[in-house]
Amino acid sequence: MTTLSHHPAAGSATRTQRRQKRDWTGWQFVGPFMVVFAVVLIAPVIYSVYLSLYKDQLVGGNSFVGFANYAHALSDPKLWESLGRVTLFLAVQVPIMLALALFAALAIDSARLHLSPLFRIAIFLPYAVPAVVATLMWGFMYGTQFGLVGNLNDFFGITIPSPLSGTWVLASIGNIVTWEFVGYNMILFYAALRVIPADLYEAAELDGAGTFRIIRSIKFPALRPAMVIGAIFSIIGSFQLFNEPSILRSLAPNAISTFFSPNMYAYNLSFSGQQYNYSATIAIIVGLLTASIAYIVQITGTRKEV
Amino acid sequence: MKSTHRTARRVGRTVAAMVTGLCLVGSLAACAPGSAGGAKTGTADDIAAALQEKSTITVWSWGTPVQAAADAFQEEYPNVTVKVVNAGTGSAEYTKLQNAIKAGSGAPDVAQIEYYALPQFALSDSLADLNDFGFAELEDEFTASTWGNVSIDGGLYALPQDSGPMAMFYNKAVFDEYSIAVPTTWAEYTAAAATIHAADPSRYISSDSGDAGFATSMIWQAGGHPYTTENGTDVTIDLQDAGAKEWTEMWNPMVQDGLVSPIVGWTDEWYKALGDGTISTLLTGAWMPANFESGITESAGDWRVAPLPTYEAGEAASAENGGSSVAVLEQSTNKLVAAGFVEYLNAGPGVQLQIDGGSFPSTVADLESEGFLGYESEYFGGQKINEVLVQAAKDVVPGWSYLPFQVYSNSIFADTVGQSYENKTDLNTGLQGWQDETAAYGVEQGFTVNSK
Repeated sequence: MTTLSHHPAAGSATRTQRRQKRDWTGWQFVGPFMVVFAVVLIAPVIYSVYLSLYKDQLVGGNSFVGFANYAHALSDPKLWESLGRVTLFLAVQVPIMLALALFAALAIDSARLHLSPLFRIAIFLPYAVPAVVATLMWGFMYGTQFGLVGNLNDFFGITIPSPLSGTWVLASIGNIVTWEFVGYNMILFYAALRVIPADLYEAAELDGAGTFRIIRSIKFPALRPAMVIGAIFSIIGSFQLFNEPSILRSLAPNAISTFFSPNMYAYNLSFSGQQYNYSATIAIIVGLLTASIAYIVQITGTRKEV
Repeated sequence: MKSTHRTARRVGRTVAAMVTGLCLVGSLAACAPGSAGGAKTGTADDIAAALQEKSTITVWSWGTPVQAAADAFQEEYPNVTVKVVNAGTGSAEYTKLQNAIKAGSGAPDVAQIEYYALPQFALSDSLADLNDFGFAELEDEFTASTWGNVSIDGGLYALPQDSGPMAMFYNKAVFDEYSIAVPTTWAEYTAAAATIHAADPSRYISSDSGDAGFATSMIWQAGGHPYTTENGTDVTIDLQDAGAKEWTEMWNPMVQDGLVSPIVGWTDEWYKALGDGTISTLLTGAWMPANFESGITESAGDWRVAPLPTYEAGEAASAENGGSSVAVLEQSTNKLVAAGFVEYLNAGPGVQLQIDGGSFPSTVADLESEGFLGYESEYFGGQKINEVLVQAAKDVVPGWSYLPFQVYSNSIFADTVGQSYENKTDLNTGLQGWQDETAAYGVEQGFTVNSK
């Protein structure tokens, strides 16, 4: 009995030791990431949630208000207007951008294009230009007095409507964003196309499939995961629209309001209005909304894949 | 928050201990009156003593002449190190300042703050009351309008740095080309606007795409008093008073008939338009000449200065447009030195150094000095521009005040009044929208707002 009882004890002791050792090793790998993750993501989110439950006034100080900020936000026409604007942006700009990226990726992958590496790098290059620089550059081109648009007007004797007017500014921003991100999405799609085994193409050719049949039956199914990822990134990007309108605002202050996009609204509330609490509330609402839409896209995207 | 305060206090104590240590090493007599630079109050003697001790202060300012004054200051007080930091112009700086105040640390000792933004910082107790350092007796040295701007609710929250009485800068070459006499009334001005635009549709008398600072100054000149604050928290807003209406009645046709160019101020296009005659007048503050000389070189020699047109012939009226003050932050642990620097900069030898750098002063003695008045500007074709600008300073309509949350209010100007500009509709509708949004913000922040 003693030996019997001794053995399991010894066994469990070594197991615990081993487990302790294994756990410790795992944490050593994960630890640095977890620390950074906790400090730069978890902590700010918790702090934002905390902020969103209070109200700090210039006169009267700080007080706990529960969910009053959320109630206010949900009935705030400015928040809904900005959400409507980025949704419209999402519905128009993202499909155009992804279609262009898809076309470019298929063209480069088709092996019928001369100098395809040159096209690849040329289309990708705008992605390497910082968004701030890209926007400033486009801002100069959009100028109707001395910019490219002005030059075109003078040269052809026409009047192109100002890209920075209230009617056109969203389309102009869409143009900048498309220019910036077509290359990135193209690389995403192109990478997915490159991993298709060549024997699939050979088999399809033997079966007598033409180019478009190959695209439809082989390339598109293989592209689906990449397209879902591209769509999710674009959705998140659209909801987070900030750099482009924020920089163009100095050129078109009347066309781009302080609540043009939800992010701009949150930014202006906290940094020019010192409404840190309400701003945190808006950030949380928009964050939840973006996460749920991205999640829905992922679910539907991957389900169809089967 | 509590721990930050404690840390701040501990740092304060350490500094005090270090200063005391230095005092023991150095001359005891000099240190005796004010042993710690962190003192919240002090006399001129205390400041003089603190300036002899080893210390460092940080100054946030975007005006270049401040560096020259800081250099001279350090030469005179070799123990003091002054770090001048450009933390952004105008609202960009206020954002950082506001964040540092909110965080409880990180604010500079001294900061440049425009007059319109001062009440916001003064009200939130972010600035030191300079009455505590005996600066009240400097009142006679400054013009009444700038002194009025820094005296808020019985406190003195900054010293005026420069001023911006409005004048009309005009391109004489363009005016001569169309044989237009220099307008003295707004009726003549609007007539000139029509003449210029009719003769050459690509030319405009001015540009205005909606600018809160310009709009409020124009209402000021027309005799409006849209903002009043009592007891610090009782705010009245009336952007439909007689002055505001007089301005919109005159300016509405200018915007609606497209007589002012929609080019946005301070952009690349705007500089070009001023340089090539597309825009032929600029209604702005007296600090503008230095910007002309550095940024609009193409039309050097063509520009002149005239008094701002008025509503009645023969009347003289101007308003302040822009202009900055320099304040000591409540967060500063070195207030005596900070106050000493502010005095040197704005009421001492620093004033002349800033004038040399192109600044338009707010000190009476300098405004009336013969050297200043007699200065013939080469850029302005040898005109004695300061004679016109100093007269404008004297003609500023008294009694104006800004809101205690003007920075935010100005930030939403484009959302409301800007829409009237964009759609060429009645500016009064825009002003009402601006008033409503501003009042809503005031209520949200706990003020008692009477929105008329």
